[in-house]
Amino acid sequence: MKIDDLLNHTSEWLKGTGPNSDIVISSRIRLARNLNKYPFPHWASKIQLEEVLAKISDAALKIDMLKSSTLFKLADLDAIDKQFLVERHLMSIEHSQKTDYKALLVDDEEIIAVMINEEDHLRIQLMQSGFNLFEARDIINRLDDALAGLLDYAYLDDFGYLTACPTNTGTGMRGSVMLHLPALVMSRQIERVLAAIAKLSFTTRGLYGEGTQASGNFFQISNQVSLGHGEDEIIENINGLIRQIIEQETQARQILLSKNKEVLEDRINRSLGILKSARIITSQETIELLSMVRLGSDLGMIKDIDRRTINELFIITQPAHLQKLENKKLSSDERDLKRAQLIRKKLNLL
Amino acid sequence: MLCDICKKNPATVHLTEIIDEQMNELHLCEDCARNKSAAMEQQFGLSDLLAGMADFEKPDKDEENVAVKCPNCNLTYADFKKIGRLGCGGCYNAFRKYLAPLLKRIHGSNQHVGKSPLIKEKVISKPGRKKMDLEGLKAGMQKAIQREDFEEAARLRDQIKKLSSEQGSGVKES
Repeated sequence: MKIDDLLNHTSEWLKGTGPNSDIVISSRIRLARNLNKYPFPHWASKIQLEEVLAKISDAALKIDMLKSSTLFKLADLDAIDKQFLVERHLMSIEHSQKTDYKALLVDDEEIIAVMINEEDHLRIQLMQSGFNLFEARDIINRLDDALAGLLDYAYLDDFGYLTACPTNTGTGMRGSVMLHLPALVMSRQIERVLAAIAKLSFTTRGLYGEGTQASGNFFQISNQVSLGHGEDEIIENINGLIRQIIEQETQARQILLSKNKEVLEDRINRSLGILKSARIITSQETIELLSMVRLGSDLGMIKDIDRRTINELFIITQPAHLQKLENKKLSSDERDLKRAQLIRKKLNLL
Repeated sequence: MLCDICKKNPATVHLTEIIDEQMNELHLCEDCARNKSAAMEQQFGLSDLLAGMADFEKPDKDEENVAVKCPNCNLTYADFKKIGRLGCGGCYNAFRKYLAPLLKRIHGSNQHVGKSPLIKEKVISKPGRKKMDLEGLKAGMQKAIQREDFEEAARLRDQIKKLSSEQGSGVKES
């Protein structure tokens, strides 16, 4: 597989299928793992990093589950390709910087993504569409076991899996769920919900993970604690919390529908109107308007645009995706023009 | 290079911000960096935060712990306090005394519960594997006693006890 092949492909997590996919975009689990004896990437020499990369790629070749995967060496990629992979949620922004001996392993469906030599030697990620943490856990567990059979992980009985940052020690596991909560935002209940989440030692992040702002009513919620609770317990806890948030968002949507139907309909249709006719549009405005259109589609107010099309638009209107579609470098102004053109084409064809 | 904000002090903190697709490099002095908004703090706050947490560890004996060095990767505890990252898996044993309370503060616990990479191996090969483990643990305990690390020695002793009793029952079954 080449990076360009991904361009015409819809990632599994964007398909808009799976349980509760009106509110839950995707479920993700990641495991942090390191090789025994080798210094963590930030402290390792070039030779050690090279050895780690070789050991992990050799192991990956022997694993059935990774048969349809491709290994990209980050140093071989240009800036747009790297940003493209970040936009698809296949790797972190951090992984796209200082790229020596870093690699990314991705399977054809973009369900599995393994970052090699990021903050830890291995960051194994599994993405599913909709609210699907348990399935994600089962798959990543099998992959982790297969890798553990071939690699010697850094592990202690009392501290668990050893990671570069002590905030990940223990299970090395982070489960996160990407939620679309427009009704909680519109009814100004979101602060209350987010405050409650923080009290329960969960974190909320924006679309692109650590350090990014929430935008377009999207929130990524994940566990903060990784030591002292088993993997299943952590997943159960996130699951329970997300269930409650889904319920609250559903209620808030019902209340908006019964009390402010005209206002809501107006906002949703105006958003669609702008997207269908704008000539210049930023990615921030695009995300905000698409969020409203998605809500309209979920509530049955917009009938001819499905969730998958909307999800895809979120991704292909991002800067690196636009530049890859156009096959050339574009300035910010040029992108705003091309973005508007692409959205018009996609929405007016339907 | 002088700080981008006050233009007086030397810039020691270098940040890359990405706002609305625009990448922006900022070079700040420590004071201005600290004063920057709460949102920015999140980005360089983690290592500071960890270092701060590690700091309240017995402030009087500060001098004693900073010099401790990991025998596997040579990272010192002072390095960890500066960068907020450990050097290798070996650091967890080398700095166990200081890390155990730190982990407890971060996670509310310092005892791992959950998956281990050995489970599969333990299921497949039984007595042979355990005998080897047992010998390794005994050797480790002797070494710990020699270097007067009695906490580690006691931990290994408990593991040996646990493993020996498991092995005993295994033999009976067969």
